[in-house]
Order: sequence, then structure tokens, then C-alpha cells
Amino acid sequence: MCAMTSTKTLSEIWSEAEDVRRSYPHSFSDQIVADIYGNVEEITKQVLSKKGSKRYNFDQRLDDIVTSKWFGYPLMLLLLVIVFWITMAGANVPSRLLATGFFAFQDQLTLWFQWIGAPTWVHGILVLGVYRTLAWVIAVMLPPMAIFFPLFTLLEDSGYLPRIAFNLDHIFKKAKACGKQSLTMCMGFGCNAAGVTACRIIDSPRERLIAILTNNFVPCNGRFPTLIVISTIFIGGVFVPYGGLVNALVITVLILLGIAATLLVSWLLSLTILKGEPSSLVLELPSYRRPQIGAVIYRSIIDRTLFVLRRAVIITAPAGAIIWILGNLHIGQQSILSTLGLVLNPFGQLFGLDGFIVMAFILGLAANEIVLPILLMSYLSTGYIQDFASLEGLRTILVSNGWTWLTAVNMMLFTLFHWPCSTTLLTTYKETGSKKWVLISFLIPTLTGLTLCFILTQGVRLLGLV
Amino acid sequence: MNLSLEQKRVLWQDRFGISLADDQIGVALAGNPNVGKSTIFNALTGLHQHTGNWPGKTVDNAQGGFQYEQRSFLLVDLPGTYSLLAHTVEEQIARDFLCFAYPDVTVVVLDATCLERNLNLALQVFEITPKVIVCLNLMDEAQKKRLMIDVPSLERELGVPVVATAARQGVGLTELKEKIVQVASGSLQTKPRQIVYSSEVEKAVKHLLPMVGSIANNALSPRWLALRMLDGDSSFLESLSRYLDVNPSREGLRCAQ
Repeated sequence: MCAMTSTKTLSEIWSEAEDVRRSYPHSFSDQIVADIYGNVEEITKQVLSKKGSKRYNFDQRLDDIVTSKWFGYPLMLLLLVIVFWITMAGANVPSRLLATGFFAFQDQLTLWFQWIGAPTWVHGILVLGVYRTLAWVIAVMLPPMAIFFPLFTLLEDSGYLPRIAFNLDHIFKKAKACGKQSLTMCMGFGCNAAGVTACRIIDSPRERLIAILTNNFVPCNGRFPTLIVISTIFIGGVFVPYGGLVNALVITVLILLGIAATLLVSWLLSLTILKGEPSSLVLELPSYRRPQIGAVIYRSIIDRTLFVLRRAVIITAPAGAIIWILGNLHIGQQSILSTLGLVLNPFGQLFGLDGFIVMAFILGLAANEIVLPILLMSYLSTGYIQDFASLEGLRTILVSNGWTWLTAVNMMLFTLFHWPCSTTLLTTYKETGSKKWVLISFLIPTLTGLTLCFILTQGVRLLGLV
Repeated sequence: MNLSLEQKRVLWQDRFGISLADDQIGVALAGNPNVGKSTIFNALTGLHQHTGNWPGKTVDNAQGGFQYEQRSFLLVDLPGTYSLLAHTVEEQIARDFLCFAYPDVTVVVLDATCLERNLNLALQVFEITPKVIVCLNLMDEAQKKRLMIDVPSLERELGVPVVATAARQGVGLTELKEKIVQVASGSLQTKPRQIVYSSEVEKAVKHLLPMVGSIANNALSPRWLALRMLDGDSSFLESLSRYLDVNPSREGLRCAQ
């Protein structure tokens, strides 16, 4: 066994093998894998037969369509549009009913506060601050979530989500990232912090970092309602009676924009600070299942809708009180809130936003769910008290505060592309263990958003379209 | 490779953190994820299990003993993998154990409902070690899906014993143990089918074969070594020098003692 017979060292043989590899026009490792499968196929043909099983053939045939080159992507897009369309078309009426109900009750509350002789500031903080904000959050966010999440869970439960990952794998390879990144992105639709944690499924540290840094490009639960509401008010409203469909298309385009940004940034990262080649992955496609309606409802309503709503309510209630106080405490002529808004306004205007929007996003670092409520509170507390029992009322508030379609588009862009919420940043720190990567994960989407808004705003203004 | 019992015991302890008793026969359990490998492992070993991590890795490692016909066995549950081409840590662990721990018998568990995908791993194991048993699990599920697998002709095609099981129902486990004893003792000879590659690959292998033969020094199949050189799998180069005490820049194999 103690032989010294070899004439070449291991590294010499290795470099010899390298020469052989280079002389071959294709990749030997791909050829080897292909050959193994060739052998396997030969054996399988000999020993396996199917007794015309309906179910098995059904799965196979469905997969042939769902993951095919030609139908894969269109089908994905179509499903996306349908899901958003149902969400927005369905959310309108319950939203209006909830808003009407809540604001009728607000009048009752006001009467009741007057009856017990409560001081004006108590009524201000509790009713005009806390209650009104909560009412908005619930009326605006609950219906779309209660429709969107069951639909999304339905897709997940039926086994369609892994097929999306399968379809997208090819593009991610091109961006030199891992195909599993599409799965972490799907998690990101729920919650970016969860998406960042999910990146553990990616084995290569390089690809994992890429997936973590770009996860924020998919809008989470907390940002969806903002996108939906703004789109409904400003874009869908223009195209009556096709508003619902137009909205669905707008949201789909936004999602695609997020995916495009993910791919582009992944590719850029692979070229610059995270150089390397993509690794292979094996993805198991589970068989299609009939979704269990009970489980779908439970998971989407309890785990997702109520969870998100609870988080929004917990953060919004004190925020509503604080915003009301800031809006009603005056320094000189102006309330603190207006002062803050005015200070931030020039910066916001540069990007087609305004001071209050910027402030709402900054406060939204705590949770993206509260960006829109804070924004409304800010507008309302500065004197523009309107009758607002519907989305039309909301539109009036925004327009009277100088919103145009450009503001709305910028608002949606910035909702899609801005810093991650504090929970996501904290999770990123836990997962990467480095402040440097946290900072980068903060800067990448922020700079993307600011750049996009700046170019769009300045371009539109230059052309005189607004 | 013929190691003495003592050498093997030391090798398993030092390199893989597994204590093999003197009289124990080492059995490796390989298979794709979600094929019921753990069910089989639990059914065979019962409560006699040790769990931990593979040395230096965050991948779970489970071993368990069982007795059959007055022989005692140590069953090592390898991580579930789709292949041994070492794209992931799990694949690397499974490959290194099969290559460098020289288990007496290797059981490859296959999912009968997706035979084609699972055979990929089996054929790769065949290239490393001849003492293999194929366990065709989830036969009950396959029946539900109306998949008919001709087990005798699969056995002929593969050149190793094939045991059909439905581990959750406890079906076929005694036969599996029977075959493990027979293959371990050598009373049942195996001649696993070797993968035939396309002519370009075979040509390149032939070119490298004379060179790698001396490196492998009958510890490893030279053909397999040549194939990994063609893969350009540098992680295997590392494992090779770690487990076989081959210094990449020195000639030949250094004596382990």
C-alpha cells in the first residue's frame, strides 16, 4: 500500500485534465450528466409501464403546458393579472361599506365624547387621531388582503408555485443567480423579512447574499395595499368601466418591474462585488393537489390577513395619536407636522413627491403598513377636513394636496423601491452578520427608487406633461 | 480496498466521527430526499440510534445498530441527495462517505413512483462501490398511481439485488435485512451495471486513466476518478488529499501509517 510508483503528481494530472476539458467545445460535466440520464432512461424503458393512470397523465400533461417554453410565461402573467383583477374589483365595495360604517360610528363617538364633556384634546387624540387612522387602515387594507391572500394561498396549495420557480430558473441562471431565488421572492410577497430568512435554502453563500440583497424588490404584504389603493384612485378611476382590469395590469407591470430590477441588480452584483458562476439546483415538482379549502382559508385569513392587520393596527394606533399631536401642536404660525413637511418638501419635490410623502416613508421604516395611514393623517390634520366615506373622498384629499398622476406614479414606484422596513434590516443583519451588507441592502433599493423617480419626474416636467 | 478491521474503525472514528464496534458490519443508507429513507432507517434500527452532525458540517448525521441472524450491523443514514456530483454540502458528504469510508454494504433507497429520477443516484453509487442493494420503496404509492415496475428485470438490468418495500407498512424489510447479510458475507455476488458514456467522454477517460491509476492506488475506481477530473470538481480534489493523504504536489500516495 505504501507505493511511490506514480510518475505524476495530483496537481499535474489536474492540469492535464484541465487541458482536456478546454479542448472539448462543450462542458464535460453537462455531457456526463446527460449521459447518466441517457442510461437511466434506457433502464426505465425496460422495466416501467403505466396502466393508463388518469391522475399521473393529468399531472404530466398539465406540467407540459404550465412549464412549457411557449405557455409558461404567458400563463404566469395571466394568472397574476387575474389574481390582481379579482382582488381590486372585489375590494371596492366592501371597502366603501367599511369606510361608511366606520365614519358613521366616528360621528357617534364624537357625540358621545361631547356628552361626557371630554376636553377637546382628548377627543382629538383618541377619535381624530387613533380611531380615524385605525378606521382607514382597516377599511382600506382589510378587503384587498382578505381577497388576495386566499387567492395566493390557493396557487401555493395547488402546487403551482414550484412551477413558477422552475420556469424562472433559466432567467436567474442568466443573471448568474440561483433559481431558488424565485422561491425566496415568493416568500417576500408575504413578508420581506421572511423572504430574507428563506434565503437559507440557497447553498452558495454568494447566491444567498444576492438573494438577500434583492429581496426587497418584491412588494410585501405591507406595501401591496398602498399600491392597490393608489392605483385604484388615480389610474383605475380614469378608465371607468374598465378600471378593475387596468388596475390589475398596472399592479402586474409594477411586479414585473420589481422582478426586472431583481434580475438586473443580481446580474450587476455578480459582475461586481459578488463575482462568480451560478450553481445548479434540483427542484422537485410536487404533484398537483386539490387545495383544501379549510386550510386555505385558515392560513390566508388567520396567518396572513389578520397577522398583517394586527401588526398594522399595533403600530398605527400610537402613530395616529402622535401624528395628531404633531399636527395640532404649533410652533409659531405652523404646526410641527407642517414644519416637518415643509422642511422635507424641497427634497420630495425633486423626485416628484412631497414633504409629507417623504416623512411618511421615513416613519414607515417601522412598518410599511403605516405609510399610507400616516400620509392621510398628515393631510387631514393640517386642516383639509373633508367628507371622505369612499375612495373618491380619498382622491379628493390627495388632489387638494397637490397630487397629480405623476405624484401617484412616483408614490407607487417609491413604494416598490425604497429602504426595507426595520424588521427586514434586522433580519438581514442576523442572516449576514455584517453591517456592511445591511447598509448595502438599504442603499440598493433606495437609490434605485430615487433614480427612477428623479428621471421620470424631471423628464415629464421637461416635456411639460404635468 | 482491504483495510483491517482496526484500520477501518480508526478511519470511521477520525474522519467521520462514527464509532464502529469491532464486530459490526458498516452499512450506508443512501437515497433522494423524501423517499422514505428515514422510515426505513427507523424501522431497521428502532431505538438504537445516535444522532449528531457530520464533522465540521451543519448537516445531521444519524447512525443506528441492528442485529440480524446473530450478526450486528451499524446503519449510517447519509444525507438525502439527488446525485453525488457534489453541488451541495449534502452531496459532498454522501460522496465522501461512499468513497473514503468503504462501507461493507450500501443500500440505495429509491422512490418507486419516480424511478427515473431516482435511478440517477443509484447508477452513480454503482460507479463507486460494487456492494450495493437497491431498495425500491413506496411500492404502495406506485401501485396507487398504477405504475408497474418489473422488479426481476430491474434486478437483471442493474446487476444488484432489488428489494421492493413499503416501509410505512413494514413490507419487505425482512427481505432487505436478508439481502444485506448475504451481500456483506459475499454469499450473494453483485455486479452493478456501469454507466456507458458518449464516445467523447469515454475517449477523454481513456486518456486520463493511466495517470490517475497510480494516484487512486486501488483505493478508488480509477475510472471514477478520471470522470471527476473531467467534471472539473475541485471539491473532490480537496477530499482526495484530505482522506487519502495525497499531497497534491507530491508524487503518489503517502503511507497512512
